[in-house]
Amino acid sequence: MDMPAPSSAILSRKGAIADRLRAVLPPGCVIDDPAETRVYECDALTAYRCAPLCVVLPTSTAEVSAVLRVCHEEQVPVVPRGAGTSLAGGSLPTADAVVLGVARLTRVLDVSYEDRFIRVETGRTNLSVSMEVEAEGFFYAPDPSSQLACAIAGNIAMNSGGAHCLKYGVTTNNLLGVTMVLMDGTVVELGGPEGEALGLDLLAVVCGSEGQLGVVTEATLRILPRPEGARPVLIAFDANETAGECVAAIIRAGFVPVAIEFMDRPCIVACEAFAKAGYPDCEALLIIEVEGSEAEIADQLGRITAIASRFQPMEIREAKDSTEAARIWLGRKSAFGAMGQMGDYICLDGTIPVSQLAPVLGRIGQLADGYGLRVANVFHAGDGNMHPLILFDANSADGLHKAEALGADILRLCVEMGGCLTGEHGVGVEKRDLMTDQFRPEDLEAQMRVKDAFDPDWLLNPAKVFPLHVSASRRAAA
Amino acid sequence: MSLTPSSEAELAEAIRAARGPLAVGGGFTRGMANEGEPLSTAGLSGIELYEPGALTLVVRAGTPVAEVERVLSEAGQRLAFEPMDLRPLLGTTGEPTIGGVIATNASGPRRVQVGAARDVLLGMRFVDGTGTAVSNGGRVMKNVTGLDLARLLAGSHGTLGVITEVALKVLPAPEATLTLTFGGHDPAKAVACMSAALGSPFEVTGAAHDAEAGVTRLRLEGFATAVAVRGERLAKLLKVWGAAETSEGHGPWAAIRDVTEFADRPGDVWRLSVRPSEMAEALHLAGGAQRLDWGGGRAWVLVPEGTDLRGRLGRFGPRAVLVRATSDTRAALGTFPPEAQAVTMLSARLRERFDPRGLFNPGLMEARAA
Repeated sequence: MDMPAPSSAILSRKGAIADRLRAVLPPGCVIDDPAETRVYECDALTAYRCAPLCVVLPTSTAEVSAVLRVCHEEQVPVVPRGAGTSLAGGSLPTADAVVLGVARLTRVLDVSYEDRFIRVETGRTNLSVSMEVEAEGFFYAPDPSSQLACAIAGNIAMNSGGAHCLKYGVTTNNLLGVTMVLMDGTVVELGGPEGEALGLDLLAVVCGSEGQLGVVTEATLRILPRPEGARPVLIAFDANETAGECVAAIIRAGFVPVAIEFMDRPCIVACEAFAKAGYPDCEALLIIEVEGSEAEIADQLGRITAIASRFQPMEIREAKDSTEAARIWLGRKSAFGAMGQMGDYICLDGTIPVSQLAPVLGRIGQLADGYGLRVANVFHAGDGNMHPLILFDANSADGLHKAEALGADILRLCVEMGGCLTGEHGVGVEKRDLMTDQFRPEDLEAQMRVKDAFDPDWLLNPAKVFPLHVSASRRAAA
Repeated sequence: MSLTPSSEAELAEAIRAARGPLAVGGGFTRGMANEGEPLSTAGLSGIELYEPGALTLVVRAGTPVAEVERVLSEAGQRLAFEPMDLRPLLGTTGEPTIGGVIATNASGPRRVQVGAARDVLLGMRFVDGTGTAVSNGGRVMKNVTGLDLARLLAGSHGTLGVITEVALKVLPAPEATLTLTFGGHDPAKAVACMSAALGSPFEVTGAAHDAEAGVTRLRLEGFATAVAVRGERLAKLLKVWGAAETSEGHGPWAAIRDVTEFADRPGDVWRLSVRPSEMAEALHLAGGAQRLDWGGGRAWVLVPEGTDLRGRLGRFGPRAVLVRATSDTRAALGTFPPEAQAVTMLSARLRERFDPRGLFNPGLMEARAA
């Protein structure tokens, strides 16, 4: 992974810069002891590490603004950081950058059930937002699997999804407004509880901008009434093709289930060995969940199983109660743990058109054979967001390198089949150099113009999203 | 003279050759026609790809909305966000296009349940002010690859680029529709009733109020069994706001969407976007004839010609858009409200970069000095 050489001018001013930051923050908000900054040297993409110049943990929007003003005056790069759970290296530091963590911004600022929103500081975790409104029967819909740990700030930066997006959408569909601080310290309010942009929809381009445009300190989020109940059905098939056709038939029949999860044989075998959920011995398995009252659930599951019966399923297992429902979900929810027990793995998240499911799975198998590696697939079939897990041995000399090369081939395949590099994890540094496989130079140029407008000096979250050779002239000019 | 290129390449060429402002539009039915040489995308017509099993539609920008809706309905699907047709209200003629819908982010009553036009946008192609074609997003349901220019262009009223193609998520059309009607409501009571309905787990897909008649309407859609059960339980939940009359079928929702009741009445029409809990206060300041949609989050207000509604609205002034007025009133008051200084600055910087020669609908989205 190429990263730009750090500025020796900045490195040599480290002490003076840390002193200026201390002067605008309360005690204990600046970390510059190398033993302590090591905690921040990586996020959940642990293969890449670099300790930053220093770390600041401000406690208010005003303090974030003060920090950015100092960094802007000193022309020091800033790496925004939520909870550090990015799988794409979205908050990987550079040696000459200040890491700006929002971990201490955790207050709930406002809740309105009548207007159906909550306003929080963005260091708050995803799950704690739902917990805040749970007693009134509401929830916050985007539910990335890291929701216990991940921060709303990172969710907004990556436009995070989750298992239930087919019905509820991703972060951008549930984000009503933000308070954001620009690199020069300007505080800007975008959107709000009204939920409708009357001028240009700047909020839309901020969501998913991976910390390239500003630091989001507060967010207004849509909250939804919790459905009365939910229940899954498990359907087993003897071929990936049939499972794929069954998904399309269910959607064509007018269903938008809250989740349609797909597991292939390698994944089923691994999960079964690990969690002993009692899954059938089959090639492909769907878990389809529907929501509503008891009567509605029974009606929908009846219709869905009738459709599935036309595709010669090996087994249809409908959950009769919550114990059976938990058992159906047990294997799926243990998938990543099961893989972890088998070895090291990297998790991809390219998206493909749902109609291309079976051919893509076939070609992933061929690619994996070519590298002598194993790949297990578990993913959100309703929205085509794949999660191939590539197993490798991190202790072998070229293990990671080979797995990454296979990963890149799989993502190029997703693009070739009409899909994209990343459905919910973001580009970060991990997929940065593949961007030219998905976008033409003029497409990237248009995206970089937005960066120019918000961060003219290109100081925010350096060396992410845009391939270094594509952004070289802008970074040199700044 | 007007320009109606028949391909993206021709459109790009026309933009490169332009020597002055262009009035960018599709069917020019939304009352946003600007000064300059008309540039229409109506010649870029046709469906590129439709996969009902993947809920995916890719369509050229100039395709009539009516054609899109016809093709979808043949497969039992629809544009879930319910784009409004402004022809009745504005007295415009012509053919509304899907590009115009996205460029204005036109979204109807179902926005409370499925989101706005911009929410179902999967990808886009557009031509910028230098005549360069740009592709953003894609055709898949989940995509966070790169910056989301497609949603930035949605609602930009042609001022950042000319949309040539959009990819949309479509949804199944429901098996059954049920409308619950309540009488004797003032706006405050109506909003309370609608908020209770939208805060229930019954998935209400429309919540509107006619402030002249005192009538509040709620819509349920879905499978017949579910709609019947939900209708009964919702009526029970809301009985403190009166007895609900129920009726099956599409009901008055197309008329609510298009505000057709203001079509033949003289005066200016404004739309307000306010928190539902504050809408009654805003409407008290506004006066005039009023219709509420989006559970009270949107209002349509009919006032005498030339009324400076933003002036009357106090702190709600910046939430008012002028929809129908004479050109003199529009020139005096501006279509769009003023925004915070930092937002205006960022928007201006984006326009300079996407349309460096200032060709596209110049000034259309700028606020007039108060």
